[in-house]
Amino acid sequence: MISLRGLTKEFPGGVRAVDALDLDIGDGEFFALLGPSGCGKTTLLRTIAGLETPTSGTVAIGGADVTRLPPGRRDVAMVFQDYALFPHMDVTANIAYPLRIRKVPRARREEKAAETAARLSLTELLARRPGQLSGGQQQRVALARAIACHPKVFLFDEPLSNLDARLRLEARTFLKRLQRELAVTTVFVTHDQGEALALADRIAVMSAGRITQLGTPAEVFRRPATTFVAGFIGSTPMNLLPGTAEGGRLHVAGAVLPLPSEVPDGPVVYGLRPEYADLSPSPPPFGDGDAFSGKVAVVENLGTAHLVTLECGDHLVQAVAPEGEEPALGALAWVVPRPGRALIYRDDALLTAA
Amino acid sequence: MSRADPAVSPAGLGRRRAVGFMLPALVLIGVFLVFPALWTIYLGLTDYRLTGLAAADPHVVGAANFTEALGDDRFRSSLWLTVQYVLGSAVVGQAVLGFALAWTLRNRPGPVKRITEGLVLLAWILPSSVVAFLWIALLDRDEGTLNAILHTPGTAWLLDHPMSSIIVFNVWRGTAFSMMLYGAALENVPPSHLETARLAGASTVQQLRDVVLPRIRGHVLTNLLLISLWTFNDFTAFQITAGGPEGRSEILPMYIYNVALSGGRLGFGAAISFLVLLINLVFAFAYLRILRGRREVVVP
Repeated sequence: MISLRGLTKEFPGGVRAVDALDLDIGDGEFFALLGPSGCGKTTLLRTIAGLETPTSGTVAIGGADVTRLPPGRRDVAMVFQDYALFPHMDVTANIAYPLRIRKVPRARREEKAAETAARLSLTELLARRPGQLSGGQQQRVALARAIACHPKVFLFDEPLSNLDARLRLEARTFLKRLQRELAVTTVFVTHDQGEALALADRIAVMSAGRITQLGTPAEVFRRPATTFVAGFIGSTPMNLLPGTAEGGRLHVAGAVLPLPSEVPDGPVVYGLRPEYADLSPSPPPFGDGDAFSGKVAVVENLGTAHLVTLECGDHLVQAVAPEGEEPALGALAWVVPRPGRALIYRDDALLTAA
Repeated sequence: MSRADPAVSPAGLGRRRAVGFMLPALVLIGVFLVFPALWTIYLGLTDYRLTGLAAADPHVVGAANFTEALGDDRFRSSLWLTVQYVLGSAVVGQAVLGFALAWTLRNRPGPVKRITEGLVLLAWILPSSVVAFLWIALLDRDEGTLNAILHTPGTAWLLDHPMSSIIVFNVWRGTAFSMMLYGAALENVPPSHLETARLAGASTVQQLRDVVLPRIRGHVLTNLLLISLWTFNDFTAFQITAGGPEGRSEILPMYIYNVALSGGRLGFGAAISFLVLLINLVFAFAYLRILRGRREVVVP
């Protein structure tokens, strides 16, 4: 288990990369630090590793305070974005390197390296050098090096971002299965929300050195705590429209929508995922007001569906249309929100009940 | 090739024009490098002198100069002093100190790094006559700064420890080059590699051995070759000790100068110059062999 208490990292020049952060990560948990670049997620990971010294606060791993311990004595293994394989050593030597530093006898560590390599289907490559491996193979060697020394914690810095798109999906599945099998506490950093949702047991969404929301992928996806999280999570950007609540009705982008009763009158932000809206070529039967109407401005092909952008007055509203049902450019169309899927924010806090 | 015109090179330049472009450079190299080298070999075979009968009418004496030099105690002691000078001031002094400085300064904040680099660099760029005067003033027996600092009045550093003095002097003088070269080389070591070693628990020595040195081996070899050759042929220290006292700091370049110009035996001096040239060539070829061997290992 990893416990962070009041963790702050301030760089010379006054930049606060991590700001008074508290966090507990459970044993065996696959934990994602998600956020845009510059949000402090990598600094946080490096502070857990011991590569950065916190300005204040404590880091505890497995119940022991390791804040002042050098990285080599924290029993953590890190996989870097560039894999950091030593080019002058073959795969065996690379995997066995941490064991060599720990003075494990040669025969024992080569056996261990071969064993770990077999698990990651690297046996054929043991005598090769990193320069002769593909990106995916290099990543597996880096993972093997981390696994071979049986650390308490794995730390991954953008583990998939150096792979090409197709390989990334394969590696994602592989990584998730591997983590399940090993059941070692794993913290990874990513800026890709899809990766975080797919891999993690829990996600911390970070911005400006703080955790904006902490939760399971389902929680973070269904009920983003702030409009920042709402805009960040999801493969298509969420519609976030300014509106007004008035007498139980919601006025937004030319539409009048029903409002959950608990929202008092006043300005709000209306959030709706394009996937949770249906596109219709004719007005919905129960009156013009219950849908957004507008002209089709953009149609983007997503493969199995289309992302359609409507011009509704001054606002743009996006919805996903199923394959073969996409409207023509410039045609009039209606976006009907699915009941119970919309999110209402006021002062950047979620008002809608679960 | 289908266009079988021998006068047209693949670059489309006529052979004549190509030669025209090359000629000025070739003439310069010929006049200033090749001819003097050949002339030195010729002089080394004669009894040519600066003054007297043999200056007007030198005779070819064959290998007499070479046999004399190889049998001469003064030559052999000078060669031994030169080996000490190269090993002490270049290989151990400049290379090790330069690397230590580069390694220590690599992550330092701006001002500390810039000031240190500036001071080290200053020792390198000052004119040698100025530098020689500074060191004579530093090491002087009566008014010397060093004696004032160490409270050792009357210690004649240049007379009692002439070799150590010029070795320390040359370390001070030349470390900047190694420092800058290693500084640039260390930029090539990815931080993530060092961090991986640190996470594995590697000590600084282990990080240097496993991560840094394999990465900068080519730089180390180039550096060692250059500073060895420079130091081997270095003449700056002559302005401090002039080879004395009693030849105790007379490294080969000083020996040649003392024999050929002070002693007037140009032919003998040329013969020794030729021997020095041969030693330099041995250095260079050994380096090229090692470098080629390294390439073969890296790209199997």
